[in-house]
Amino acid sequence: MDTFVQQLINGLTIGFIYALIALGYTMVYGILRLINFAHGDIYMVGAFSGYFLANQLGLASEPSLLSLGVVLIGAMLMAALAGVIIERFAYRPVRKYSRMTTLITAIGVSLFIEYLFVAVLGNAPLSFPQLLRLPEWLPSSLQPDQNGNYRLFGRASLSIVQILIIGVSIILMLILQWIIYRTKLGTAMRAVSFNLNSAKLMGINTDMIIAFTFALGSALAAAGGVLTAQYNPTIYPLMGIITGLKAFVAAVLGGIGNIPGAVLGGLLIGAAETFVVGYGQNIGIPSTYRDAVAFSILILVLLFRPAGLLGSTVQEKV
Amino acid sequence: MKRILLALGLITTFVFGLACERRGGGGAGDTGPIKVGLYADLTGQTSSFGQSTKNGVQMAVDEINKAGGINGRQVQLLVEDDQGLPAQAATVVTKLINQDKVHAVLGEVASSNSLAAAPKAQEAKIPMITPSSTNPKVTQVGDFIFRVCFIDPFQGEVMAKFAINTLKAKTAAVLTDVNSDYSRGLDQFFTDNFTKMGGRIVEKQSYTQTDQDFSGQLTAIRSANPDVIYVPGYYGQVGVIAKQAKQLGIKAPLLGGDGWDAPQLFQLGGDALNGSFFSNHYSYEDPRPEVKTFVDAYRARYNAIPDAIAALGYDAMKVLADAIKRSGSTDGQKLRDAIAQTANFAGVTGTISINQERNAVKPATVFELQSGKYVFKENIYPEGMTPPATTSPANTNTGTANTGAANANTAASPAAANANTANTAKTGNTK
Repeated sequence: MDTFVQQLINGLTIGFIYALIALGYTMVYGILRLINFAHGDIYMVGAFSGYFLANQLGLASEPSLLSLGVVLIGAMLMAALAGVIIERFAYRPVRKYSRMTTLITAIGVSLFIEYLFVAVLGNAPLSFPQLLRLPEWLPSSLQPDQNGNYRLFGRASLSIVQILIIGVSIILMLILQWIIYRTKLGTAMRAVSFNLNSAKLMGINTDMIIAFTFALGSALAAAGGVLTAQYNPTIYPLMGIITGLKAFVAAVLGGIGNIPGAVLGGLLIGAAETFVVGYGQNIGIPSTYRDAVAFSILILVLLFRPAGLLGSTVQEKV
Repeated sequence: MKRILLALGLITTFVFGLACERRGGGGAGDTGPIKVGLYADLTGQTSSFGQSTKNGVQMAVDEINKAGGINGRQVQLLVEDDQGLPAQAATVVTKLINQDKVHAVLGEVASSNSLAAAPKAQEAKIPMITPSSTNPKVTQVGDFIFRVCFIDPFQGEVMAKFAINTLKAKTAAVLTDVNSDYSRGLDQFFTDNFTKMGGRIVEKQSYTQTDQDFSGQLTAIRSANPDVIYVPGYYGQVGVIAKQAKQLGIKAPLLGGDGWDAPQLFQLGGDALNGSFFSNHYSYEDPRPEVKTFVDAYRARYNAIPDAIAALGYDAMKVLADAIKRSGSTDGQKLRDAIAQTANFAGVTGTISINQERNAVKPATVFELQSGKYVFKENIYPEGMTPPATTSPANTNTGTANTGAANANTAASPAAANANTANTAKTGNTK
């Protein structure tokens, strides 16, 4: 039982990372009907921004909640900027052509970012500094053990890194929900996603809203990058390929264009692949089939619900 | 105007073609510089290996040239980056052989890359020496492929013996890098030996180099409660695995092979690696004069302590130079025969004798990791090899250090066959 709970926690942790990235895919798709293949690389850009921020500001040697916050928010801002630049110079010029053109541009942008980083930094893994440390004044009953764990029961435990990932993800998702449903910008985003041309006629600056959506999605992906780097400190220029692909699958699984769907999809993919690793062997599936199983679930769900779990099929009006 | 341009173009092409022709012609004979091609991972996932190999080989080449070259011919080293990708390794070796007309090829560290490139050298009948690929399949590609390091059946056996004899382990779990020939080979040889000696494998898990999270595998291993966990992977993942294992409260020590040997291991794993053990090719604190001279020169030149990968790169180049010198030729077939006859060559990583399978038979050293340092545990010798009386690094009596290393192919005395845990002296071994 404690192993099961432990695997569930492991799965949800990685699932929240997928969910953060999936939100960016789903928001951009919701507004532009564009699958932004460069989004996984923005996740990588976020991790690298955090790495350079931490080292340049000298925060790598003094881990604390404040250092982590500075690096996290700094990386989110830098990735948001990268997202806006990509939208402005790669996608906006081709937006007026067919959707296929934009899609192929996205693949090009993705390869460009990946190999730009390989050319400049090489593909060797770098070690991301560990920034998470709880303040000393916290009472000892609230401090984790020397491995950074809180014991739950039996051998099941929750590490402070896992609490960080899950906690920050939930906070960011609530902020996103607030922006979309409680602010003018969010209302404009929903209007643009409903119908871009009508929104334009109503006086909404659609270019600005689209750029804002990219900034928002990119910032979330960057948060995912920095948080993952606290869990697994290896960062390298091609780290966004597989993770980005899985987050994309999560977005489609939940129903692309649907925000709660992206979160649900991310958690499902994360949990599914961890359970394959943990229990697959008992039924003859080796742990390296984790990706294959995640994608098989996607195919099965799409066979029965083509719009994804929470997506709704909209009747095309002719 | 157009005609002039055309004429100019033709002339350029002709002159250039002539130049290439002459260069190619000069390379094939027994005069002119000796061209040695090195392919290594300089920018990829295992770039620490590539950089170390290049440093070691370059240092050997410079020493040889400074001493007047080989039989009066200078050595020219041509380095190609394969980015750690097998397909790229095959491409750059083809380029080295067909375009640069090298006389011999050195490389790679990762066995998957050597396996991809070796057939190209074999086809062209150009001798290839891999400094540090330990998978047995590499030299089985053909009779032009050699190595100057031990092979994985031995390395797997060493760790199984160490786990059972020294750590008194009864159960083990294995965590393999499934896309690496090196890792899967070691897994098999460790498992075979461990079970043969009465141990039990209680859990087998695997990962790929693109995995971001290993806690699923480690949780499954934790619930099986093994005495030791064998992780025969590369440093890039091992550091993270150690860290996540510690987070999960796993106390069983991690064991590994020479793929761990890189300064980056500690950057990634930190103190979580304390109490782990791995097998390697040499100890830089070995008092043998070859080791001391090499380590001092390397430190002076690169301001770093040479890892085993660098030492093997250096040895590979020196073995090659020795063979060229003996054969007096750079003809592929003659050079191949000379390398095959290498016997009792005093290298930095031990006495190198090439056996029938074109492998070097050498002892392995087991280290414990302690706060960023390698602590020497013991030397383990292959069956049939007499441990020299005085190779323990702690031993100060070094006058005739290596004369006792008998030819590994000779029949063993009963004492030697049993000498697996012969040298158990400990010494601080900073790295």
